[in-house]
Amino acid sequence: MLRGNAFKLGDNISTDDIVPGRLAHLRSNLPELAKHVLEDVAPALASRIKAGDFIVGGENFGLGSSREHAPIVIKMAGASAVLAKSVARIFFRNATNVGLPVIICDTDNIDDGDELEVDLAQGTIRNLTNGAGFACAKPPQVMLTILEEGGLIPYIKKYGGFQLPS
Amino acid sequence: MGKTLAEKILSQKSGADAHAGDIVIAKVDLVFVQDTTGPLTLKQLEATGLKAVANPGRTIIFLDHAVPSPARELSNDHMLLRHFASRTGVSLSEVGEGICHQLVAESYANPGDVIVGADSHTVTAGGLGAFATGMGSTDIAVALALGRTWFRVPESLKVVIGGRFAPGVYAKDLILHLIGDIGANGASYKALEFSGEAIAEIAMSGRLSVANMAVEAGAKVGLFPADDVTEGYLQAQGRGERYQRLYPDPDAAYERTIEVDIAGLEPMVARPHSVDNVARAKELKGTRIQQVLIGTCTNGRLDDLAVAANMLRGRRRHADTRLIVAPASRGVFMAALEAGHIRALVEAGAIILPPGCAACLGVHQGVLGDGESCLSTANRNFRGRMGNPEAFIYLASPATAAATAIAGEITDPRELL
Ligand code: SF4
Repeated sequence: MLRGNAFKLGDNISTDDIVPGRLAHLRSNLPELAKHVLEDVAPALASRIKAGDFIVGGENFGLGSSREHAPIVIKMAGASAVLAKSVARIFFRNATNVGLPVIICDTDNIDDGDELEVDLAQGTIRNLTNGAGFACAKPPQVMLTILEEGGLIPYIKKYGGFQLPS
Repeated sequence: MGKTLAEKILSQKSGADAHAGDIVIAKVDLVFVQDTTGPLTLKQLEATGLKAVANPGRTIIFLDHAVPSPARELSNDHMLLRHFASRTGVSLSEVGEGICHQLVAESYANPGDVIVGADSHTVTAGGLGAFATGMGSTDIAVALALGRTWFRVPESLKVVIGGRFAPGVYAKDLILHLIGDIGANGASYKALEFSGEAIAEIAMSGRLSVANMAVEAGAKVGLFPADDVTEGYLQAQGRGERYQRLYPDPDAAYERTIEVDIAGLEPMVARPHSVDNVARAKELKGTRIQQVLIGTCTNGRLDDLAVAANMLRGRRRHADTRLIVAPASRGVFMAALEAGHIRALVEAGAIILPPGCAACLGVHQGVLGDGESCLSTANRNFRGRMGNPEAFIYLASPATAAATAIAGEITDPRELL
């Protein structure tokens, strides 16, 4: 069960919004890069976010580059999950691989600052601020397993390769 | 039931009878990283504990995004990557050789290959009929070590292209129009498969531009069939023996069919800050542009530089508009030199940058000032993309870019033909 407050952003949050190319020189210094997470769309987000909070987007969250630094710094900043109506393909896979849950749901039910409770196993979300309860979509089993292991690295360490559910 | 191109290739490489929606584990024929995603890939590889590279001969590290390096941190990243290459025997493409996607097309990609790269525009090789897609550093680290990765077999959208381009209209206008039509997530998780009588007329340079931007509609891959054009290109590149004819089955199942008649198409421009915010170039007349960039993995090929040079020959850039040209590879640069295009561009006032990504991603070599606008032949115009969130980026073809550089404002290239 995850619990925290929402940082509500708009549609089409790109990987350039999350970690812009002008900071490419910080990519091998992730703690420093994480201080700048999403700063062009949500100024000083890194200093305002608390451990467990949620990044909430609209449609097509994480579109653009394959830079995995994007989900990594969101996670390092303390977010427990990203919630969005839809999410770009590479970002979805990257977030899963680094152990950051991405939850596809109707984020119109969520306003900036709302307190949320997310039950990943059940696929349910409760908005404690406005009382709304709603469901989220289930990702493919292979992604759920990777997420359950904490990301692709622990998964590979455990299984030695990819396993398909038979 | 027949198969789409995506289903065919993934069936072949996974040994399974793959259909849309299935999860498969497929062999990869080529794995690559570039200098801004490579260092994290190596870190993740180390964390997996997997030591060996599955296929060093088909694993490549490209130094192309920040070249020559503008900062010591990036120089150190380059050193790390060079060291890994010399230790493991994987190929290294040095500073100045060119952009990964262009070099993959020139020297590596073949029809029916599965190619994964730590860069979203890996889809470019779909122009050659390769199932090529971008992934993040951890996925690439694992693919590099295991020589395989998992895919969800995508549903395919069939794009049937008919008609002929009018003078001044190019493949770039086609893909901008298509993305404007279906939207920046119109093909999310899907394959875009191009077909129709018009594609026989689209040269490999144009196919690569179209496939390159498939990801801007959210697609996993943008696939052209492998046909005579593909064979001609592979022969010219010295690997004609790698050609195989590759078409989808006539009874393949598509999620949707989109018809595009290019006969009526006009030069298109994507406006800030999203690629699907398209308009006709002529509607944007009067929009002042401070910088024009011709190059990138979308439009930095010889055909692109030729179009620009032919328009700029005997003309000059507008006094208030900087013109930056970056050939996509050393081979493109050499050929453009020999053809006299570079001279024409320099005489017209262009700055020629070394082969590489140049100003495209906002690291260096043409960062925009506050409130400035750039018209670029690249594929992305997100806010902040070119190094400044207070700047504006328009995307268009090399012809529109050259016409705009001359006029100092967005200009339909047909005005200058
Ligand atoms: S040219 Fe631009 S889009 Fe292409 S690989 Fe380089 S940075 Fe990416």
